[in-house]
Amino acid sequence: MDPLEVAGLIAIGLAAGVASGLLGIGGGVLFVPGLVIFLDEPQLRAVSTSLVAVVIVAVVGAWRQGSYGNVRLRDGLIVGALSPLGVLLGAVLANTVSERALELSFAAVQLYFAWTLLGRAGLPLRRATR
Amino acid sequence: MSSRPVRLAAIATAAGAFSALFGVGGGTIIVPLLVLWLGYDQREATGTSLAAICVIGLLAAAAQTAYGNVDFGKGVAIAAPAVVGVVAGTALQQRISEELVARAFAVLLVISAAILIF
Repeated sequence: MDPLEVAGLIAIGLAAGVASGLLGIGGGVLFVPGLVIFLDEPQLRAVSTSLVAVVIVAVVGAWRQGSYGNVRLRDGLIVGALSPLGVLLGAVLANTVSERALELSFAAVQLYFAWTLLGRAGLPLRRATR
Repeated sequence: MSSRPVRLAAIATAAGAFSALFGVGGGTIIVPLLVLWLGYDQREATGTSLAAICVIGLLAAAAQTAYGNVDFGKGVAIAAPAVVGVVAGTALQQRISEELVARAFAVLLVISAAILIF
């Protein structure tokens, strides 16, 4: 690896970690391109390999958030333990609905959440519509 | 939906489905639903989401390892700077307002939706 690649790897890893801690996400959205660009992982394999980083970061992040009193452990463990139900649903959806329709549906859900969270927080969106 | 366990199960199912379909994205479902359905504040939602992701990620990593699709060395290499980042990110989150956390999360959602659309 040349120094530029090392610097890039550190930068994207650092950014994924900050996003994870700040926003409560796994960081896969940054780990996957980071692995592809700087560590030469093939795209499909990068998704699997990123899970190693996601687990490490989520454990450290949950530990830090726990120390700040921000973790309801029982609820978190229930959501985690029941997530395989969704993997089954995902497999059914992948076989019955086109990939493009799934992408657009997920995007629509995320945009709806963005709108609703901003509205709840009394942010400019709501003020503008009052 | 009525009871709390049913809502948690629904959140788990939605997060698992989106993670399985797109490889990433569980957190973008868990955090908003904890806020909107279970009345979590923004910080609790992100902390509890990370606890859920520990389990979701472990299950998924175990399955992918069984298929031989995981390169642990590379995973650890990119996780090393991320551990520093997550400690900084959680510390930063305690020093900014809930509104700012919600606003930053909305930006993440819009970027994520844009990636899916384009």
